[in-house]
Amino acid sequence: MYWQQEKECMVREDMAQLQLERLQSTLFRAATHVPFYRAEFKKMNIDPDGFTSLDDLRRLPFTTKADLRDNYPYGLFAVPLREVVRIHSSSGTTGQATVVGYTRNDLKNWSDLTARIMTSAGVTPDDVVQIAFGYGLFTGGFGMHYGAERLGASVIPISSGNTKRQLRIMQDFKTSALVCTPSYALLMADRMVDMGININALPLRVGLFGGEPWSEAMRRELEEKLHIKASDNYGLSEIMGPGVAGECREANGLHINEDHFLVEIIDPDTLEPVAPGEVGELVITTLTKEAFPVIRYRTRDLTRLLPGPCPCGRTLQRMERVFGRTDDMLIIKGVNVFPSQIEAVLFEIEGTEPHYQIIVEREGRLDKTTVLVEVVNAIFSDQMKEQREFVNQIQKRLQVELGIGVEVKLVEEKTLERSEGKARRVIDKRQI
Amino acid sequence: MLRIKNLSAGYGRLKVLRNISLHVNQGEIVTLIGANGAGKTTLLSTVCGLLRATNGEIYLQGRDISRQRPERIVASGCSLVPEGRQVFAAMSVRDNLLLGAFVRYRAAKNKRRSMDLKPVYQLFPVLKEREAQMAGTLSGGEQQMLAMGRALMAQPALIMMDEPSTGLAPMIVKNIFSIIRQLKDKGNTVLLIEQNARAALRIADRGYVMENGKIIVQGPAADLLANQDVQRAYLGQNVDNK
Repeated sequence: MYWQQEKECMVREDMAQLQLERLQSTLFRAATHVPFYRAEFKKMNIDPDGFTSLDDLRRLPFTTKADLRDNYPYGLFAVPLREVVRIHSSSGTTGQATVVGYTRNDLKNWSDLTARIMTSAGVTPDDVVQIAFGYGLFTGGFGMHYGAERLGASVIPISSGNTKRQLRIMQDFKTSALVCTPSYALLMADRMVDMGININALPLRVGLFGGEPWSEAMRRELEEKLHIKASDNYGLSEIMGPGVAGECREANGLHINEDHFLVEIIDPDTLEPVAPGEVGELVITTLTKEAFPVIRYRTRDLTRLLPGPCPCGRTLQRMERVFGRTDDMLIIKGVNVFPSQIEAVLFEIEGTEPHYQIIVEREGRLDKTTVLVEVVNAIFSDQMKEQREFVNQIQKRLQVELGIGVEVKLVEEKTLERSEGKARRVIDKRQI
Repeated sequence: MLRIKNLSAGYGRLKVLRNISLHVNQGEIVTLIGANGAGKTTLLSTVCGLLRATNGEIYLQGRDISRQRPERIVASGCSLVPEGRQVFAAMSVRDNLLLGAFVRYRAAKNKRRSMDLKPVYQLFPVLKEREAQMAGTLSGGEQQMLAMGRALMAQPALIMMDEPSTGLAPMIVKNIFSIIRQLKDKGNTVLLIEQNARAALRIADRGYVMENGKIIVQGPAADLLANQDVQRAYLGQNVDNK
């Protein structure tokens, strides 16, 4: 089933024409309305009118997360705020937050694109869709919500958390499609067993999972435990949110919505395009965004384009499930965390050394993060109370900075492993 | 149907069109809107072959027509309804229509069939009534219908219309636009150039907005109607006071 067949199954040559037309007007838009891009183009001596082929894209500057942060909050908007009807943010954390806006047309396109990936995953107007992504600033909840509504399904906007209630509603409301992070779906599956819920008695049949990395092993587990067809989808708030790419029923790569996003795969070191089919960093240029056009955004996500046509009939190129990242960003409980954020907090606290280690584990189904901090020996006083307060203080500061709770453990000076060159700050023990 | 890639053209040293890319799919009404002097008519003239492109590609039904002579382009299936109608005033309505069929007549084995005026008279009954009248005696609206009928006589794959609403009374304009809509419903493909942006976007499937020889925005017609830049500049709406 298709949502917009004329776009999803477009002849490749027509797609190239459409992309070129849209790229040309996007560049015009960015150059006239966004001072940042105007300055970048000028610096690199680029004439935005001089673009005659999709390959010219390579001459354009990249946009990075840092550019988005530097222009916080509205610096990269291409329309005045009065034309913006929705504002989202990459995460609720301070310092690292980036802001994105949507016009009415942007929201319409976004709904169509999430309706597309839901349809290709098998959701129909007859489905009851339980959206257990967080609503709020995070794009996941609202993005999928509007797509499900657009395609005519019955939407339960339950948001994340309160698993017991999730499961009660799943039973009572006869949920047939579940939308959430894969780890939360696994947690729900385990709770079902604990609560003695008979999965065979539930109409649940489809799951759309995204927002964090997962694996084929997890897919198998989810499909077995929840008796569903589990499908992967990809998006990022800087670009739009969910709806950038999604799997079809073949479950062999994610179809990229190329009529709205132009993708490149580059070598993160040389910044040159990789050979077709090679693994590299995904770079995305938006083709239709009005409020927040982004040119060559470096996602830091590693993937590759899959060759050949898909038996589902869609001509949209497929990308493989995201393998990992080119930077040290961690996704913990769906929240983006950079080690540098932790470092900045520790730096401000007297008595700590700039040596730390972050250990991420999966306890049961949920992520648990422990930060080991080296402290000057004087801190290890006899007063246990003082030491506890010190730990609490660090914990609170980290909670405020990161938006998620972490454990803090103090260790003595020079006990953490010192390595030559790049320090090994993160130990990710999660098996996904 | 029509695919234009990076088209540039101009008059002498004056560059009018800069890297225009645009396409029209089979069965669509696509409108090209923009202020006076944006380059809309220059674009049509270039597609028709009246003006030679300095750069770029024009494909009609997959064939490159950018270097062809105008009469060859008409024969390839692209007809123009020119700005200001340009009917032959001293000829009868009937003869004006027959002239439109000239490329078909020349190529046809069955000359009689190529001269069949019935389909056009069905669409424009008033032309049948005025059949013998000199075209110059028709009202502005009737002349516009005649110009459209003349273009249809060539049985074109693509009809291009240059400002069909210019100089007509509002009632007549409404009528003309509903006829364009009917043309689409009968399976015709239309590229419509208009200054009356709102009316054009209401009947079109997609639109392109031209400014200073460039396409600055494009998209589904409904999106352009909702686009506030387009509203401010071309729909005469003061969005700031709304």
